[in-house]
Amino acid sequence: MSPMASEALVLGIETSCDETGIGIVRGSTLLADAVASSVAEHARYGGVVPEVASRAHLQAMVPTVHRACEQAGVQLCDVDAIAVTAGPGLAGALLVGVAAAKAYALALDKPLYGVNHLSAHVAVDLLENGPLEEACVALLVSGGHSSILRVPRVGGLELTELGATLDDAAGEAFDKVARLLGLGFPGGPLIDRAARDGDPASIAFPRGLSGASDPAFAFSFSGLKTAVARWVEARQRAGEPVPVNDVAASFQEAVVDVLTTKAVRAAREQGIDHLLLGGGVAANSRLRELAAERCARAGIRLRVPRPGLCTDNGAMVAALGAQLVQNGAPPSALDIPADSSMPIADVLM
Amino acid sequence: MLALVIDTSSAAVTAGVVDGALDSAQGGPRVLSEQVIVNARGHGEWLAPLIRQALAEAGAGMADLTAVIAGVGPGPFTGLRVGLVTAAAISDARGIPAYDVCSLDAIAAGIVEPRRLLVATDARRREVYWARYVAGRRVGGPAVAKPADLPGEAEELADAMVGAGARLYADLLGLPLLDEDGHDYPAVRGLGLLAAERVRSGAPTEPLTPLYLRRPDAVEPVASKTVSQ
Ligand SMILES: [Zn+2]
Repeated sequence: MSPMASEALVLGIETSCDETGIGIVRGSTLLADAVASSVAEHARYGGVVPEVASRAHLQAMVPTVHRACEQAGVQLCDVDAIAVTAGPGLAGALLVGVAAAKAYALALDKPLYGVNHLSAHVAVDLLENGPLEEACVALLVSGGHSSILRVPRVGGLELTELGATLDDAAGEAFDKVARLLGLGFPGGPLIDRAARDGDPASIAFPRGLSGASDPAFAFSFSGLKTAVARWVEARQRAGEPVPVNDVAASFQEAVVDVLTTKAVRAAREQGIDHLLLGGGVAANSRLRELAAERCARAGIRLRVPRPGLCTDNGAMVAALGAQLVQNGAPPSALDIPADSSMPIADVLM
Repeated sequence: MLALVIDTSSAAVTAGVVDGALDSAQGGPRVLSEQVIVNARGHGEWLAPLIRQALAEAGAGMADLTAVIAGVGPGPFTGLRVGLVTAAAISDARGIPAYDVCSLDAIAAGIVEPRRLLVATDARRREVYWARYVAGRRVGGPAVAKPADLPGEAEELADAMVGAGARLYADLLGLPLLDEDGHDYPAVRGLGLLAAERVRSGAPTEPLTPLYLRRPDAVEPVASKTVSQ
């Protein structure tokens, strides 16, 4: 038997926000990553509407499972286990994925693993960058979360939070500033693009919680968002044009400066020389660039999956599920709830 | 010809197994098992275990099923979706067809006396999902309304009412309540009966479109010039 064939084939289901993600992995080999996004339906509301997302998940579930199976060249009946995001996330959206996962597990008579979304963001890195042999610090940033975490050597994936945002998630700040600049939704990719033609040093926006007496690893983005709004309004009042690209670049620089400074400092203080990036904001080109620069200078190895695996997807859930199967973790019961505020320290429901 | 039956359109979480081989002349499909838990917030946790119990009670396995029957509402969205995604996934995983039944029809199914019937279930927010039937056939609805807006219409057009919404707003609706057991929520027997023909003939699978009857609560933002407040 080849080593491939002895590894578990795991189907992963992710519905914590607006992406219906279905991934299939065999051990740590990615076979399929199918995503159906309802992002276009949320655009006119300027943010994700939970009921709209939940309706879209129901519609997309079975077709997306089919696409993933086709991509992977496997049949549903070949799957060894079903993994699903049990939390944290939007309650109604999570529930669609959890119910689907239970139904597939029951109908196929295969074990169910209800997993933590944040642990899955960490686990997805294994698919591209190989096993995590030492402890690392993870910077997880998206529209729903912004945290610095300590990750033990993989095998245990139990995360410890070193710090998190006190108000808005980083991704929310991107959305709000993009709306303010009339760029649209979702803000992340639009700001990223506009910033390429702007000067990041043109406006000195504040770096939140960067004072000597501030919590070292916590973030705050609401002050920055307000500062950008005030700056833009002052321009408009004066009847001057708003330099959209410069504002986008300067705002983005303020966000990624704080994120990378704090993440690198956390790694140093923990005596850890690996930093892992994950979450939708980790797809931001400037964050990736600055993190690479600062990690290189600090002698830290940076692990960052390709952008498509940073945003929410089913492959990350499947990757974590496969780790749990390999570690001999006990499967979840069929009556597990979807937990919108699942604690960070719990890998498995 | 065993069919799995699921309904999560009301406060009841319902799973059962019917044998669809008998036609209506023989009394319709036979109910082999019915598992019900009334827990308005428990659909996500209870449905899968209840399906397992219903199969065990019927002495059947997943491989014995030839169809899935699902109540497609109307019903409160979050719970309704649990049943529909469950039915769709089981249908997909087993490669068997899925059939939809309007959940209000399932409550009315088999009630021929009185002839003119109002079915009302709890739509929350002080509203009901309702439909009207004459001799078992739906002639109005399904729709959603405030109970106070129905009586004028209801009294003229129905002789009695049934369903958890009818019980909850009995005073406002003002019709005699059919008070027998098993009529508050869609039951396995009614759901099985209404899909029996499709089960027997092996009709093609159906998409299980939920009857939401309400748009999502969401407002488009007003273009704001002053976001800094
Ligand atoms: Zn995420």
